[in-house]
Amino acid sequence: MIRRKIANVTMLALMWVAAAVVLLPLVLILVHLIREGASSINWDFFTKVQSAPGTTGGGMSNAIVGTLILLLIASAIGLPVGIAAGIYLAENRTARLASIVRFLADVLNGVPSIVTGIFAWQVMVKPVGHFSAWAGGVALGTMMIPLSARTTEEMIRTVPNSLREAALALGYSRWRTSLTIVVRTALPGIVTGALVSLARVAGETAPLLFTALGNIFFSVNPSKVIAALPLNIYSFAISPYDDWHRLAWAASLVLIALVLLISIAARYAVRPKFGKAVD
Amino acid sequence: MGGVAIGDRIYRGVTTLAGLAIVALLLYIAVEVFAGGWPVLHKFGLSFLTSSAWDPVHDDYGAAPAIFGTLVSSAIALVIATPLAIGTAVFLSELAPRWLGQPIAFMVDLLAAIPSVVYGLWGIFVLEPMMRDDIAPFLQDKLHLGGLPIFNGVSYGPGMLTAGIILAIMILPYISAVTREVLMAVPRSQREAAYALGATKWEMIRDAVIPGAKSGIVGGIVLGLGRALGETMAVTMVIGNAPTISASLFSSGYTMASIIANEFAEASGLHISALLAIGAALLAITLIVNIIARWLVARVGVRYT
Repeated sequence: MIRRKIANVTMLALMWVAAAVVLLPLVLILVHLIREGASSINWDFFTKVQSAPGTTGGGMSNAIVGTLILLLIASAIGLPVGIAAGIYLAENRTARLASIVRFLADVLNGVPSIVTGIFAWQVMVKPVGHFSAWAGGVALGTMMIPLSARTTEEMIRTVPNSLREAALALGYSRWRTSLTIVVRTALPGIVTGALVSLARVAGETAPLLFTALGNIFFSVNPSKVIAALPLNIYSFAISPYDDWHRLAWAASLVLIALVLLISIAARYAVRPKFGKAVD
Repeated sequence: MGGVAIGDRIYRGVTTLAGLAIVALLLYIAVEVFAGGWPVLHKFGLSFLTSSAWDPVHDDYGAAPAIFGTLVSSAIALVIATPLAIGTAVFLSELAPRWLGQPIAFMVDLLAAIPSVVYGLWGIFVLEPMMRDDIAPFLQDKLHLGGLPIFNGVSYGPGMLTAGIILAIMILPYISAVTREVLMAVPRSQREAAYALGATKWEMIRDAVIPGAKSGIVGGIVLGLGRALGETMAVTMVIGNAPTISASLFSSGYTMASIIANEFAEASGLHISALLAIGAALLAITLIVNIIARWLVARVGVRYT
């Protein structure tokens, strides 16, 4: 009995330790980010473009605007297709084709983002011969499709079947039932899902490396190369200049704040009406 | 009523088309990436995968160093992350009181929300100095492991082990989330039955909960492996980026993802094709790994329904 008790206490203690060890890097990263980055976040950071290599000062206004433009293009491409596919998956839950689509959506989610990047390069950059914000948006939008499809499906599945049946019994056609009753009820959840997929791609760098490329100047032209926060963090981090390192930390802090803001908005502001999925 | 039927048909058609778009997209990606790599795959054949040459100047390419680096860094990540992730998942699903479990689960999820490039930044300025000044000397001088080939040589900071540690942190939340989910899928009755037989909490976890969730846990680990294989930015920033194969974990290397990230923008001609061929191989590997993972996780659900 004593041996069993010792084994019990030891193993349970180890699990407490595991949880604590897992949280350690998170704390280390956040503390470092705030310590190194917070002091560089000021008015200049949001209003000025980056400084010349080796000089001090400057900001990231071009990268912030660039990231927003890329996310806009990505949403315009990814969300309509993703949400419609999610509706398809939820409304045809048991169909054989739907289970294949669901499976492949999960597989597509697992495709490395760098591969999505070279795909976007193949179809958007190579044919026209130059990098562009469009290409970066296509890469990010491609990633958003399976993400938003799966979250949309999950959210629509939380709508009780009785609601759908009531509408059908009242003589609503199937498409009106689906759109005005089911999808509308799940809408807050669908918005949540869209925001979650947006947050997921907002910090992506690899798909932008040879699509959007980055730009040291301020640009809003989607046919030209464009700066993005993650791209700037990368190029500044591997540069030899202390002042650029400082800006990379600040940009990381802003990027994480952006990602967290979107996620928290998704988590708390718009909850689906009917709790967990009902089957 | 004819109008209604048409409306239904259009709605069905549009949503089905969107669903099929996902299938088409996956095929399109595969075709484009393989087509891009074809010139090199055609020229070098299977030896492309086994050759360790990487010489853009003389257009001689082999993927072996990148494949080696990908396998080694992912293996390190799995060795470190697996026990920690499973321990955390068991803690969250079986041990932690609600008030503690929920915030901790949130924080673990937060690890997955940190962008790869931020991990890379942290890796360059915090983990690399730590590796050079603390971890490597500790392993070699305190633990006297310097004689082992894997811990041989001098650590300058970047390298295979640094990349493996960063990867471990990054895949932890994925393994932990899947494990937690499958643990919670194990019915209460299993736990109560174990307690009724006089099991301690640990025995209950070991004999009643884990066996039922085993294939799901393995699925979570394989899913984590899929993430590690394709992870790009953080690895590119800390692995040292050199096409070498070395036994020492302190030496620089490349992964399939990092060689693409590091060289693509400056490549031209056959060099681009070689990078695309590596991308195609990476895609093939991650597709296989992900399919296996999904299949394993799905089996747990089947078991209890």
